[in-house]
Amino acid sequence: MNKKASLRINAAAYLFLLPALIILLLFTYYPMLLSVYDSFFLKDNLRPQGVFVGIENYSYIFQDEVFLKVMKNNLIFAIGTVPTSMALAIFLAIKLNKSTRLNSWMRTAFFYPTVIPLIVVANIWLFIYQPDYGLFSRFFHTIAVPQIPWLTNIDWVMPAMILMTVWKEAGFFMIFYLAGLQNIPTHIYESAQMEGASGWYVFRRLTFPLLMPTSLFVLIIAITGSVKTVDHIFVMTGGGPNNASNLILYYIYQNRFSFGDIGLAATMSVVLIAILLLISAFNFFVLDRRIHYR
Amino acid sequence: MDVTKIKKALNNGLMILFSFIWIIPLLWSISIAFRPSNDVFKGLFEITGLTFQNFVEAWHEAPFGAYYIATILIVLGILIVQLLSSVLAAYAFARLEFYGKDVVFILFILQLMIPADVLIAPNYQVISDFGLIDTKLAVMLPYFASAFSIFLLRQTFKQVPKEFDEAARMEGAKWWHVLGRIYLPIARPTLIALALTVGSFHWNNYLWPLIVTKSEANRPLTVGLAIFSSTSESGANWAMVTAGMLFVIAPLIIAFIIFQKQFINSFMHTGVK
Repeated sequence: MNKKASLRINAAAYLFLLPALIILLLFTYYPMLLSVYDSFFLKDNLRPQGVFVGIENYSYIFQDEVFLKVMKNNLIFAIGTVPTSMALAIFLAIKLNKSTRLNSWMRTAFFYPTVIPLIVVANIWLFIYQPDYGLFSRFFHTIAVPQIPWLTNIDWVMPAMILMTVWKEAGFFMIFYLAGLQNIPTHIYESAQMEGASGWYVFRRLTFPLLMPTSLFVLIIAITGSVKTVDHIFVMTGGGPNNASNLILYYIYQNRFSFGDIGLAATMSVVLIAILLLISAFNFFVLDRRIHYR
Repeated sequence: MDVTKIKKALNNGLMILFSFIWIIPLLWSISIAFRPSNDVFKGLFEITGLTFQNFVEAWHEAPFGAYYIATILIVLGILIVQLLSSVLAAYAFARLEFYGKDVVFILFILQLMIPADVLIAPNYQVISDFGLIDTKLAVMLPYFASAFSIFLLRQTFKQVPKEFDEAARMEGAKWWHVLGRIYLPIARPTLIALALTVGSFHWNNYLWPLIVTKSEANRPLTVGLAIFSSTSESGANWAMVTAGMLFVIAPLIIAFIIFQKQFINSFMHTGVK
């Protein structure tokens, strides 16, 4: 290839990349650097220019009880939602794997929560969890179990959020497992059947290991999702009672837009970015690269 | 033989019950929305009459018309620009050899890991510095490019045999002809999958539009609904709130029913949310 042609191709490539690159720099890289920069300043509505404080914001947030609490909440939320919805997703995918008419309807029934906005889901579940008239209260009333104050009790609010999230996400993960099952050759099962292996044995020794790549992929989506989706908190609890349902991103929102504290919000954003980078580093170095970027 | 048949029937029965439980929240909401407001607190199946009154009242109570227009404009705007910018970038990554390709590629990978959705605080600053607070453009701008769309299209473009390109070039076709007549038709399924998933994602998006919009004309349905439901939260208005919810999800549910297979395949294909 001669020099002139190569120059032309370079110019063309960067021209093609330009629109996407500008957006990437403006809304991913610049904001990340801005967060790091602002995290060294005491900066709020009273001090819009900012006062340099070094790493004081960091030492502050790691002593802030609420921040530590929302970190812990996020961990509990992830531990509560991720394995549960993944297990349910595998179960559903195996049960509904055969493409019959009935199964296709049932798949739709489990998948539709994916298509509905979280803000609407939160509204529906707000009614479900409502004392006295909510679906759950009525159901528990008929089987004579005492009412549970789902959203107003510090011990119940997190399980309530987790339950709703599992309901919303299981069907979404199910379709990845359905796709994963399609890739398992059927003759593997035939030989297992000939040898009279039990269903559980086949699952444990064949299906589950063969679905491992899918599981790893879903795991990453699920963990990231548990960090970046907080819409339901706005409608259901506002983070309460006593921050029992507050999560990192929602607390950042509160700091930035309710308390007007730019410095602290930036500092917490840096921590959140670090957490996401750790998750992806784990994905990149520990898990197989091919799974992600086939 | 008979035992296995019974087992199978039992199995099916349980699964049907299970899937029914999954759709109860939706059925219940729909049934509330169509009830006279005195019937709201009655049992799931105790319906004395059907009415459209709740929809009429909700429509008058909040500017859902304006919210619809804003949502449609925002979703279309994002879709058109994001697909365009992604097609161009994907073509460069798939077919052109250029200086610094690996570095630029890694720059984009990072966006997969740190999506704009979590950068709400600093991105508000960026939008504010541009003087774009409370505009539809502010809602759209961060999503005008997507690493995910780029990578997905790049994968698809890479499957196009290079000879097609070369043959077309030999005949003197310009790059936009090659892209438009060879690559885009082949990538049609991917583009449809992207349109469905990206479209529904932004129809459903809440946090970012909440932050950057202030006036009714720029608010999408999700933000409008949240305001609507928080101002009329009291029990008596359940009927109206559920009617409002159906305004938000009706287009999605209808599209979902029509394109059921494509929808599920698309989400499987893309893995975005």
